[in-house]
Amino acid sequence: MSTPASLPAGNGRGLARPPPPARRPSFKAVAWQVLAMLAVAGLIAWAARNAGDALARRNIDVDFAFLLTRAGFDIPFTLTTWASSDSYGYALWVAGLNTVLAAALAILLATLLGLVLALMRLSANPLAAWTARATVELLRNTPQLLQVVFWYFAVLQVLPGPRASLALGGAVFLNVRGLFFPAPLSPWFGYALGAGVLLALGLSRLLPRLPLTLTAGAPLLGATALAGALTGWDLPAMRGFNFAGGWRLPPELLALVLGIGIYTAAFVSENIRASIGAVGWGQREAARSLGLSPGRSMRLVVLPQALRTLLPPLTNHYLNIIKSTTLGAAIAYPEILQIFARTVLNQSGRAIETMTLVLGVFLAVNLLVSAAMNRWDRRLAFQGR
Amino acid sequence: MKFGNRVRFWVGAAVAMLAAGTVQAQTAIPVPGPTVTAIKARGALACGVDTGIPGFAFQDSKGAWHGFDVAYCRALAAAVLGDPEKVRYVPTTTPARFTVLQAGEIEVLIRDSTMTLTRSVQLHLDEVATNFYAGQGFLVSTKLGVSKITELNGATICTLTGATLELNIADFARTNGTKIGTLLFEKSDEAVAAMESGRCDGYTDDTGSLAAVRSTLKVPADWVVLEGVISKEPLGLHIRSGDVTWRNIVFWVDAALKTAEEAGVTKSNAEDMAKNSKDPLVKRLLGAEGGFGAMLGLNNDWTLQAIKAAGNYGEIYDEFFGPKALDLARGQNKLWSQGGLHYALPFR
Repeated sequence: MSTPASLPAGNGRGLARPPPPARRPSFKAVAWQVLAMLAVAGLIAWAARNAGDALARRNIDVDFAFLLTRAGFDIPFTLTTWASSDSYGYALWVAGLNTVLAAALAILLATLLGLVLALMRLSANPLAAWTARATVELLRNTPQLLQVVFWYFAVLQVLPGPRASLALGGAVFLNVRGLFFPAPLSPWFGYALGAGVLLALGLSRLLPRLPLTLTAGAPLLGATALAGALTGWDLPAMRGFNFAGGWRLPPELLALVLGIGIYTAAFVSENIRASIGAVGWGQREAARSLGLSPGRSMRLVVLPQALRTLLPPLTNHYLNIIKSTTLGAAIAYPEILQIFARTVLNQSGRAIETMTLVLGVFLAVNLLVSAAMNRWDRRLAFQGR
Repeated sequence: MKFGNRVRFWVGAAVAMLAAGTVQAQTAIPVPGPTVTAIKARGALACGVDTGIPGFAFQDSKGAWHGFDVAYCRALAAAVLGDPEKVRYVPTTTPARFTVLQAGEIEVLIRDSTMTLTRSVQLHLDEVATNFYAGQGFLVSTKLGVSKITELNGATICTLTGATLELNIADFARTNGTKIGTLLFEKSDEAVAAMESGRCDGYTDDTGSLAAVRSTLKVPADWVVLEGVISKEPLGLHIRSGDVTWRNIVFWVDAALKTAEEAGVTKSNAEDMAKNSKDPLVKRLLGAEGGFGAMLGLNNDWTLQAIKAAGNYGEIYDEFFGPKALDLARGQNKLWSQGGLHYALPFR
């Protein structure tokens, strides 16, 4: 840190002076603002009209009624039910869920792995520090699409064929076609599990003195046991060329989450490292003098304060992850770009409409995430002051 | 200043006289459509082709384009401009191809594209002629022990997104009560690699492309193209609707290439036959009689130039799909007189 005396005179003066008191803006200033706004609005209107005219001249009309038409194609992996007789509009929802699922898993992976890499990099153990450093440099200096495709084929190469699956207790199977596990037959499974989660949350809030394993663990275990007893299970089994029945996680999802999550973890780890560095050294010394172990001082003192500087760059990474899920189209993961901007666009020929919808969905999701992160950021900032 | 004005005056006068001359000439021959005018003004035909697929359109190590569709671009350029080299090739991806045509960046799309009702009606395109009759077939591992497409129930098939392929599979599965899963890739390289690593049981595409893909596999003998097809894929020449003159030119250039095969006119003997043939069909085809070129607003040697540039239909097919190339049996792509589907309208 340089002392104020070493700063250039002009800079020092500007920083030192308090902000001028608020004045009523002059008429001239307001007039210029209004003029500028009118000019921008006019430009937008002209561009829109120009686009409309050009489209009309080329016989391209804009019409969203095609969303109600029968889609007719199959989506290989869905979170909700999907039949090829459903509409294009419903396909947007189904594909949107797939995008959100991949983004959520990749965000989780990027954050956790980023934290681990950052802590390794900061550790006194040179082996850990250098491993983390090499990993980060390797990950952030190679193209993301290449990494996604690399993980896909790496995953495919490692896994065995369907007939030679790795089996776990005759219920869970892993092969090149995906990870297969039993699915509950009745919806009561989900309800019971949801009730268990609610109960666990409530109990751990009401009885904060009791250990978490008891207040949260017991209801969760009980609910899972109850849910398992309530319903039968649909077991995956080899039928024909593939496993049928049960739930399936496709290797495309795994590869996409690995590809995006690990890539972003490299950037996240550098941000975490910087944020930890921004927490005053005295805080750590104070924590140590209170008798906290290094691990507890990191978890209870340093990381909560580092979070404040970390959140804005972390939001950027999360938004980038959401947009990067479109790389899934390269490896056959049925996300919104592939289903909507490829299949639906091609079948309906509605290029302008489908692209507008895809852009709109990404804008909406990103604005939501951004708003949530900003809210969290504000809450942290207020508590700190 | 003064000098500039004078120059401008004389240039203006010359243009006016030229324009008057064209107007007079136009009373004798039909107006070239706006598309032909645009091509002539640019001095090149903007032709939309595939981004790269063996057989149809691919670049060599020097960047020059070759292929079945490329030969059609060359023939068209030769007919309109008299020079097959005057083509600006615009590689188009599957999702973007029709938009590129609608937006006017290309005059004709010759890109192994299936002609369908929605593409014609909804996208306002003219599907002028079929240059290749294909059908959607399947390439599967011999380990499956499957010999017919109907036996593929429960199989997963890798294919490309943005084409009619996945829809055909869905229709086929619906009709036959079978379930065939699809995995959609952006590029055939990745789809084929996923199939080779066992992620899918097979790969599906037009029969022409399947032959191309099989030739690039690590062990082609482990893979077999199943007999039969599940769809009609008439691959054709697409233009924007509205310019009748341009439509006629594209239609009749295609007809000329097919008629040339019928009449035995080839790349090498075309020049000679135009001068010496006694056959009235050949004389009309090659512009020695009939004045068909002038009726279309072109030179009368338009077909001669086209055939000299690309060869007749059979020569084009053999060059890219024949036994020395991808070795795909000609089947439906034979002329009608040999049991195929290509039936060119008479040059009369």
